[in-house]
Amino acid sequence: MVKLTVKMKIILTLILISTVGFLLVLANHKASDYIVMILNLMAINIIFAVSLNLINGITGIFSLGHAGFIAIGAYVSVLFTLPVQQKEMSYLIKPVMPPFDRIEAPFLPSTLAAGLAAAIFGYIVAAPSLRLIGDYLAIATLGLGETIRIIANNAWSITNGALGLKGIPQYTNLYWSWGWALATVCFVASLTKSSYGRALKAIREDSIAAKAMGINVFSHQVMSFVIGSFFAGVGGALWAHLITTIDPKSFGFTKTFEILIMVVLGGLGSITGSIVGAAVYTVGLEFLRILESPFKVWFINYPGIPGMRMVVLAVLLIVLMLFWQRGIMGRDELSWEKFFSAFVKLKRGGRR
Amino acid sequence: MADFFQHLVNAFSLGGVYALIAIGYTMVYGILRLINFAHGEIFTYSIYFAFYGVSLFLLPWWVAFILSIFLTAFLGSLIERIAYRPLRDAPRISALITAIGVSFFLQNFATVVFGGRAKSFNPQTGMYPTYFLNVLNIGGVRLKILSVITLVTVTVSLLILIWIVYKTKTGMAMRAISKDIPTTRLMGVNVDKIIMITFMLGSSLAAVGGLLWAMTYPQVYPFTGVIPGLKAFTAAVVGGIGSIQGAMLGGFILGVCEIMIVAFFPSIAGYRDAIAYAILLFVLLVRPKGILGVEVTEKV
Repeated sequence: MVKLTVKMKIILTLILISTVGFLLVLANHKASDYIVMILNLMAINIIFAVSLNLINGITGIFSLGHAGFIAIGAYVSVLFTLPVQQKEMSYLIKPVMPPFDRIEAPFLPSTLAAGLAAAIFGYIVAAPSLRLIGDYLAIATLGLGETIRIIANNAWSITNGALGLKGIPQYTNLYWSWGWALATVCFVASLTKSSYGRALKAIREDSIAAKAMGINVFSHQVMSFVIGSFFAGVGGALWAHLITTIDPKSFGFTKTFEILIMVVLGGLGSITGSIVGAAVYTVGLEFLRILESPFKVWFINYPGIPGMRMVVLAVLLIVLMLFWQRGIMGRDELSWEKFFSAFVKLKRGGRR
Repeated sequence: MADFFQHLVNAFSLGGVYALIAIGYTMVYGILRLINFAHGEIFTYSIYFAFYGVSLFLLPWWVAFILSIFLTAFLGSLIERIAYRPLRDAPRISALITAIGVSFFLQNFATVVFGGRAKSFNPQTGMYPTYFLNVLNIGGVRLKILSVITLVTVTVSLLILIWIVYKTKTGMAMRAISKDIPTTRLMGVNVDKIIMITFMLGSSLAAVGGLLWAMTYPQVYPFTGVIPGLKAFTAAVVGGIGSIQGAMLGGFILGVCEIMIVAFFPSIAGYRDAIAYAILLFVLLVRPKGILGVEVTEKV
């Protein structure tokens, strides 16, 4: 194992981040709209995956309500940023609720408000539902996510009901999305490395033993849940301002399922794993688009079946679970030391 | 008053269908401690089987219905064999994620194979006899024959299930497995076979529920089973997951609450699908193990 000083690691990380930053600037100027869209989606998926991984993988609370928090973030941010005139035009059945009919806020405060709203909601629901354990918690959070979707479908004066909201200004660009992704990763990674993070992992391994060691299991779980919800809300805001139209259907259980695949693919409990999982998933989904358009292999005409993408994805998840449960990273993290060790080993041609 | 009785009959037939599906969840959970997310899709497929039996293979409706129940039972056991058996000793979270994966696979497979558009499942397309829709008038109470048939079918199915679980050797083995798998295996019970039978039993009940559901809400599309599945599952948890009587009770409670709230408070009818979750959250908070559930003590 190659040993590196802390200073070295920080310098290397900064170099990596600035390289990625440079590539993003380049992409922003040179790449096609399609590539920019995918890069944006990738960053937003990283935010979703890392935030869900904090709850599911690191703390061991199996939450299935992530789409609900994303929905809250998306709707709250849009309520702030949508121009007043647009609001008057969009809300056909019932006019928008009072404070929002005059508010038109810039993007950053709206995103923060979205995150805070999701976090507050996360706190309200975490406190009672975390009394449950294991599968019951999964059920309760699943019901919760669905309830949020149903409320969004019916609360006409807030969400414009089933019609959804259109013409949302497209504020999200590569800098916002990757900036927030960086913030999420830095925050969650430093949290995991702190004593709080070690407590969270202890709770995941054995909550009773953790309690016996004097960890306040409940408050730690609530903290993890609230932080996860905050970033889900922020991600939701970014997402809404990227795709520019939202409606309750986009926040169904499928959304949670997608994020779960990313987390599982990368490895439950590994932050770098979630990043890799989100990136692979986003790009892979684009490649699978081929399946839905006609193509020809030798002399076999493949007609292109709509919906085939999701079938392949579901099979992928099942196969992943049956034969490769750890995912890409398992619970390990990528680190510079491992990177250089592998490099050195490669240089020696595998000799010791 | 007549209105109330009408609503009550509707409530009990809806509750009965929820109960039938809920039993599938509860039995699987009882023996494997696994939430079988694919159960709602098993429900959907039973309707498709009957639909194609009648429309494509031109079978008489009752033959198609019975065939659909058998096919669904087979589908249930197939899922168990392929997706769940290899994971029986794996961490529970892996099994849970697999179940979610199977559910998504079945939904999207149905979209690809059967098409995403809703198919009409009603007497006009020859799915079942038209006299099912006739209305009986008993002392001012107007009852649809279909509601009566639903109630009778549900009752008979539940009685058969109770007979199987409490009076037969297979049932005894099921109950033993739910207590302790290794010991049951030591007693010479073929655990794999019993688990497979449990899946078949649960799936065929879901098929009965599915066909009754499709007659009441006469269409089928790949996501038909999602909402009734989630609600039945909620019913199972409300009643105490793992307990068959609990699933029945939960199903009826849910059906009655849903119909009565929609009937008497039409202003919140839009939130109809959320009622189940509200009940769920309430019950979980007051009594996390469900109404008839048994306390599971955690070993340290």
